[in-house]
Amino acid sequence: MIVYLAKRIAAVVGILLVICAVTFVIFYVVPSDPAIQACGKTCTPERVAEVRAQMGLDKPVWEQFGVYVVGIFAGRTLGAGIECGIPCFGFSYQNSLPVWDLLVDRLGTSVSLAIGAAVLWLIVGLTVGIISALRQGTALDRTLMIATLTSASLPVYFVAMLLLLFVVRIAEILPYPAYVELAEDPVAWASNLILPWFTLAALYAAMYARLSRAQMIETMSEPYIRTARAKGLPERTVVVKHGMRAAMTPIVTIFGMDLGGLLAGAMITETVFGLPGIGRLAYDGIVKADQPVILGTTLLAAFFIVIANLVVDLVYAVIDPRVRYS
Amino acid sequence: MTALSTPETAPPVAPAATGRSPSRLIWDRIRRDRAAVFGMAIIVLFVVIAVTAPLLTMINGWSPYDFDPSAIDKKLAGVPKGILGGISAEHWLGVEPVSGRDIFSRVVYGAQISLLISVLAVIVSVLVGTVLGLLAGYFGGWIDAAISRVMDLLMSFPSLIFMIALISVMPDGNRILLLVAIMGGFGWPYIGRIVRGQAITVKHREYVDAARVGGAMGPSILFREMLPNITAPILVYATLAIPTNIGTEAALSFLGVGVRPPTASWGQMIQESMVWYEVDPMYFIIPGICLFLTVLAFTLFGDAMRDAIDPKGGRR
Repeated sequence: MIVYLAKRIAAVVGILLVICAVTFVIFYVVPSDPAIQACGKTCTPERVAEVRAQMGLDKPVWEQFGVYVVGIFAGRTLGAGIECGIPCFGFSYQNSLPVWDLLVDRLGTSVSLAIGAAVLWLIVGLTVGIISALRQGTALDRTLMIATLTSASLPVYFVAMLLLLFVVRIAEILPYPAYVELAEDPVAWASNLILPWFTLAALYAAMYARLSRAQMIETMSEPYIRTARAKGLPERTVVVKHGMRAAMTPIVTIFGMDLGGLLAGAMITETVFGLPGIGRLAYDGIVKADQPVILGTTLLAAFFIVIANLVVDLVYAVIDPRVRYS
Repeated sequence: MTALSTPETAPPVAPAATGRSPSRLIWDRIRRDRAAVFGMAIIVLFVVIAVTAPLLTMINGWSPYDFDPSAIDKKLAGVPKGILGGISAEHWLGVEPVSGRDIFSRVVYGAQISLLISVLAVIVSVLVGTVLGLLAGYFGGWIDAAISRVMDLLMSFPSLIFMIALISVMPDGNRILLLVAIMGGFGWPYIGRIVRGQAITVKHREYVDAARVGGAMGPSILFREMLPNITAPILVYATLAIPTNIGTEAALSFLGVGVRPPTASWGQMIQESMVWYEVDPMYFIIPGICLFLTVLAFTLFGDAMRDAIDPKGGRR
């Protein structure tokens, strides 16, 4: 178990280093002058020279990369008075803040969005999927499956705009979303996030409904389900304890990865609703060609995805006794 | 007596007994599936629209780049005149606010861009994924390890952020080719993983052993013995990758890094319509519905194809 964990963590660190290196090379080598881009449009030549020296662009790429990686663990001092504390993911000259501070500042929004949507899509998706599976072939099943297919085919931003049009503009049930901190006003926090939650959940709930239906149908046709029924267990126990437990294990894997991907920002949803999350930060960074921000958000996103994968593999052995670490 | 040619004496052969090739069987199953036929009809419709775009806009009389100041209301900040975003005999699906460009023409050319990019990207993914998947599955060992690690790595990249960032730093060239290369480049591991798995299961089949004993070399075994036996899953996943790519292309255009204006793209139209969603909702609803219908159609067709090829699977 410990050996397995050590191996997996080593692999995670390896993957993150490679992603970091690839991202670094692409965003520091491809642009004609990262200093000009990092500094922004209203930048004097003297300032560009200063930024270039601070970013270490006069040194070879591998050395820049080394400085960057060491900076994550040891912090850096960029020129006069610019302290980049541990963990230093570079400095955004356009925002005059270390990238890490920007990330921490935005993380709450993205996490609020991801967790709320996840709760919603798990409840709706799994309920629909399991009901459909148990009523396989009926009119109810067909209706639900048509609904999920429709929902899965709608682009996220299209759903967002339809919701804005019908819920905010025409029915005037909810205000136009404006992010409020949870600690500040929990009711306002939730009411402002309802639309983004629904937008994200519409897509994922549909996918989870289809997936859980398929899993459930497959599981319920297994011989051990017949055995459970034959020995006289109530149908409820058969479905919940024997059917669902086995059917849900593959969904845990996918859920982990989806949630991991969303924690680091749902770029489209955040952009449409103007939510100040990591996805929005990344998008703004890309629009303004703010290289340190792009690098930082990409790394954070990769980190969440890779960690989610690891957690899923570890949890898997707990919920599915057939799986053993090797 | 020419008995064989007369119907009375012909042997009573039931039509079902005639041999049907596997592809014929699959095709028959798909044709019986109403959802698949519906999907196919929409796909055909949009393909025809995309191919005949120049002709359609000629009939319509408006190129996608023509401005029509007479169709918009200057006093109202450029809102289209008339109801439903200016739908009229002149402009079949209305006009864009401010510019007055014809939405029908732009949607029609948008279909071209959407289908072209997503299908080309799938072709890139399939080519790369099939070759590398076959190599990994057949040879195993360090070749498999290397290819599998690359696939794992690509799949743990936050692909949307990465695609956008990559496109935005790339030197200005042909945006369509760049989109195809990047979307294809991030899509191949999903096909590659499936091909690798299939290759592992077929590589010890008798016919592969027979070919090897018969002196066939690596490439011949891979592409002439193994590949024809795993084309079915490749086709299914290629079909299902098209709607994913249509969505990605639209999302990239929506986020401002797709095809460059004035070339029309559905995602880009929706992005431009965002500030108008309250006063001119038709502006985003029309491209949105096109996007929805094509994605739905390819998904329906792909699902039906998977069920037809593997009837007992019945997944999703």
